[in-house]
Amino acid sequence: MLSGILIFNQKGENLIFRAFRSDCRPRLADIFRIQVISNPQHENIYLVAVTKSNANAALVFEFLYRLIMLGKSYFGKLDEEAVKNNFVLIYELLDEILDFGYPQNTDPDTLKMYITTEGVKSAIANSPTDSSRITMQATGAQSWRRADIKYRKNEAFVDVIEDVNLLMSATGTVLRADVNGQIVMRAYLTGTPECKFGLNDRLLLDTSDTTGAAKSRGGGGTSGAGKATRAAAGSVTLEDCQFHQCVKLGRFDADRIISFVPPDGEFELMRYRATENVNLPFKVHPIVREIGTTKVEYSVAIKANYSAKLFATNVVIRIPTPLNTATTTERTSQGRAKYEPEHNNIVWKIPRFSGQAEFVLNAEATLTSMTHQKAWSRPPLSLSFSLLMFTSSGLLVRYLKVFEKSNYSSVKWVRYMTRAGSYEIRF
Amino acid sequence: MSSGGDAKLFARGKVAELRTELQSGGKKDKNYSAKKIALKKIVANMTMSNNDMVALFPDVIECMNLPSLEIKKMCFLFLVNYSRLKPEAALKALPTLVEDMGDNNPLVRALALRTISYIHVREFVEATFQPLKRLMQDNDPYVRKTAAFCVAKLYEHDKKMVENSDLIDRLNRMLKDENPTVVSSVLASLVDIWGRSESISLTIDYTSASKLVSILADCSEWGQTYILEALMSYVPQDTAEALLLAERIAPRLSHSNSAVVLTSCRVLLYLMNYISDEKHITSLSKKMSPPLVTLLAKPPEVQYLALRNAILILQKRPEVLRNDIRVFFCNYNDPIYVKVTKLELMFMLTTKDNISVVLAELREYATEIDVHFVRKAVRAIGKLAIKIESAARQCIETLLELVDAKIPYIVQEATVVIRNIFRKYPNQYEGIIGHVISNIDDLDEPEAKAAVIWIIGQYADRIENSDGLLQDYLATFHDETVEVQLALLTATVKLFIQRPTKGQQLVPQVLKWCTEETDDPDLRDRGYMYWRLLSTDPATAKQVVMGQKPPITAESEKLDPRTLEELCLNVGTLATVYLKPIHQVFRAARPRRLQPSPALQRPRIEDGTANMLEYNPPAASLAATSTSNSGLATIITTGNPISPVNAPPPPTFPVSANPVPGGLSPNSAAINAADSYFNNIGSQQMASMNLGGRDDGDVGGGGVQTQYVVTQNSQQVYQPQLAGGAATGELLLL
Repeated sequence: MLSGILIFNQKGENLIFRAFRSDCRPRLADIFRIQVISNPQHENIYLVAVTKSNANAALVFEFLYRLIMLGKSYFGKLDEEAVKNNFVLIYELLDEILDFGYPQNTDPDTLKMYITTEGVKSAIANSPTDSSRITMQATGAQSWRRADIKYRKNEAFVDVIEDVNLLMSATGTVLRADVNGQIVMRAYLTGTPECKFGLNDRLLLDTSDTTGAAKSRGGGGTSGAGKATRAAAGSVTLEDCQFHQCVKLGRFDADRIISFVPPDGEFELMRYRATENVNLPFKVHPIVREIGTTKVEYSVAIKANYSAKLFATNVVIRIPTPLNTATTTERTSQGRAKYEPEHNNIVWKIPRFSGQAEFVLNAEATLTSMTHQKAWSRPPLSLSFSLLMFTSSGLLVRYLKVFEKSNYSSVKWVRYMTRAGSYEIRF
Repeated sequence: MSSGGDAKLFARGKVAELRTELQSGGKKDKNYSAKKIALKKIVANMTMSNNDMVALFPDVIECMNLPSLEIKKMCFLFLVNYSRLKPEAALKALPTLVEDMGDNNPLVRALALRTISYIHVREFVEATFQPLKRLMQDNDPYVRKTAAFCVAKLYEHDKKMVENSDLIDRLNRMLKDENPTVVSSVLASLVDIWGRSESISLTIDYTSASKLVSILADCSEWGQTYILEALMSYVPQDTAEALLLAERIAPRLSHSNSAVVLTSCRVLLYLMNYISDEKHITSLSKKMSPPLVTLLAKPPEVQYLALRNAILILQKRPEVLRNDIRVFFCNYNDPIYVKVTKLELMFMLTTKDNISVVLAELREYATEIDVHFVRKAVRAIGKLAIKIESAARQCIETLLELVDAKIPYIVQEATVVIRNIFRKYPNQYEGIIGHVISNIDDLDEPEAKAAVIWIIGQYADRIENSDGLLQDYLATFHDETVEVQLALLTATVKLFIQRPTKGQQLVPQVLKWCTEETDDPDLRDRGYMYWRLLSTDPATAKQVVMGQKPPITAESEKLDPRTLEELCLNVGTLATVYLKPIHQVFRAARPRRLQPSPALQRPRIEDGTANMLEYNPPAASLAATSTSNSGLATIITTGNPISPVNAPPPPTFPVSANPVPGGLSPNSAAINAADSYFNNIGSQQMASMNLGGRDDGDVGGGGVQTQYVVTQNSQQVYQPQLAGGAATGELLLL
């Protein structure tokens, strides 16, 4: 496992050096500074894990990203300033979350009970009874949740956030369209609530072993029905899902029920992937003509493919221009377009884009002549946007039930959003 | 949360100043804030490897007993860092630590235990033993968990002392603990110990394995990973057991932590070796595909790891990922290492049904900016032509279109792959020779030059001005690299054989250069060889030089069966990033092998005698352990590493432990055995030559495998046969 954790700033100065095994010498810091300097990078620091053994690489990367998350949870963000301002606390954390290089409990909620920033002091950790409570928490089956949480008003917010990825060829064929979704939950619930969560999904599995489960789940379609009927019946096929550690995976595998005791506050309940029947919110039709070696003409049409009741915000279309572009002129039917020489892009921004609307940009780039003419690589045109109350996969939350001993009632809110992941159109 | 403003303390300080600061404050300083600041400065200096701080040892130890956990933790950190430099000064801290291990507060007990076991000083290690035994039975699970790891730490400090004590037995007994976190920690500790000693074997029986799987759900994500890793030590004795366990582990594939996902894949792949029913294997393989693809939505480092492992898993179980080729199409913004690996997977997954889509995609890549990536894309097109015969024409057309863009590096790359296509399909596509030759002036890289010279030589009788073209190159013969010189020599001889009148002036000149005016032994040897051949018997010379060549294949990154098996037992580890035999990368790593059992599936009958040798001794050891098996798992210590029960199999023995994947006739077992023997030798030599560094990640260096491999990753892989020791073989065949 890990022999040490090091943090460097951009200049290669060592900010944190914690060794867990005797094969991790201070000299290592110099080796990294002189010979390596590469990823994994975050903000303006380098996080480095060192090992001499054939360690579980997935575990190492996951841990480093967890460390970043932990830093964000403690200090707001993890950058050079935060590290320098809290270096003692970081050492304290590292000592706690790694033992002999093996990651231990890394749940921020539990850790914050006994490793705190100076304002709060390690007060509760001083009496033995409190300490046992902490240790039970840190080693217990539900290390992510304290038992004594109380809220006057019990609320749960569910955010379904989808990143839609598109890769369209120059001829207009969809090379790839898929959705990476995440369901983020903010739970403000008293006690130890048991939640059950239902979606209009139908997991893609061997038909033989879904038959039983499929009937018991929502939707109208019978088992073995084709994709079309399923889509018509309002259910979505998820290619794969991954769950937060609080979800009982055995239960999900057996009868497809998402059942869990949530951590307090915000967490990512699940991630999923869908590739069938992806609704693309925007259709883009670019026409790009290179005229001789001195001019490129653009005509880009973009149409919103969702209900007229909805509107997307912050729609940004990036239209690549050749590297030797001198000047550009743009005309748009909506929004503003501007040439950004540093990115070799024409950036067209439409702050509010109503459903079914269609806008056009006409532009012209004048090129400087070059002695060494090299073909332009034509990078793809890319889009970013966010669209509320719309899911590209068609996923909907069917229900969220909360069960707790005291039987309180709770309020649940659901919000849907679709964003552009990597939404690229070649031309 | 407010962030502490400690940045100003992060500065170099002088020992004397810090000492005064540490002693200041006195009674007025109630919260010891002055001392805290001084200690923080010391910790900062420690990080900046300001080793003067060692001088403050006595002062720091004095602070250790102050009633503040924060101060204590800083003092402990100082101690862990510097006690090796000043063991005698550190000793003064020992009583405090021992006392703290008996503290009422479980957090303090665990902290002291954790700290003392980090210190690599004999007295500290010795002083840990007794308290550790007590703390292993502490009533607080947090302390027990810490104690479990502590055994592995002590084992790192002093193997002998731990082996001579009963610590490992005690640790073993802790597997019965009712707390899942403790159990997972014990397993992590046991596996760690197993990895550092040849004399210890770890055995888990079915009942224990089953119990471990049942507590998976109650462990943290890391704990789950430790348990899954430990399950690799369970050897199924019955195929139904293996299946049942695999099906219970499969739900873990939905975990959001990629370590859990990949380690689950590892265990599943391992268990599949013991499952007899092909149908179940296929269904398990299918379950692995979606989670692997989902990992592509993770940060690039994890993506890369997942992709490298996909390359591995695909070779072992081709049914995985079969229908998923589109997800491996590159995004414009992917980092280059992700793109190149995706390209490799695309190549592996291309079939004659999806070739059109793939070719269109590759053409797109060939117009990107990154030269490195463009070259790989062009090379991939050429490799596809070789892999899928029915699509060769389509690939060649794509290549020629790209060549027409006249971008120098594309032309060069295309020339090289077209040469390979000619080799694969002789007398089929010669119509394009003219097209290739027309770009001859654009070539300035040795590999491309050698390729075009090969084409000129091979088709000297069809190219009108072949002698003229060769003469142009010969004019600068002495300035060329050896690679090009070798190609020129062979091409000139070929020209002479096919068109004696045109070549008769060139040959003597080139032979003279090669035999008299060069320092390169390969060039000289080949020169003499041709000379003798031509002067003795021109007819035979023609037969030899223009004879039929063995076909080439395009299977790059194809691991030899032994390495493949080894890596499949290590899915998700660092070795899978390199995709090299583990000993080349981690010399100290303890090898993991497929353990024999009645349930182990071997589709093809192997060389019986070799297998028996591997079979017998472990079977005996199994019998011995299963009887003494009282706890959840058993770990056996034998002080004497030569004990026959636990002796590792002799590493040089030519056992091909797994079936050779299709393509070879069943009776070629003997050849396989021989091949794997030589492969083995090759890799050992590599290891002893210390070549196991960070090459490009291809297996080209791994000894004598398939002889004619066109790989995409390295330009050298094909060439060593021209330039290196195998040159003699090449010479006869060209």
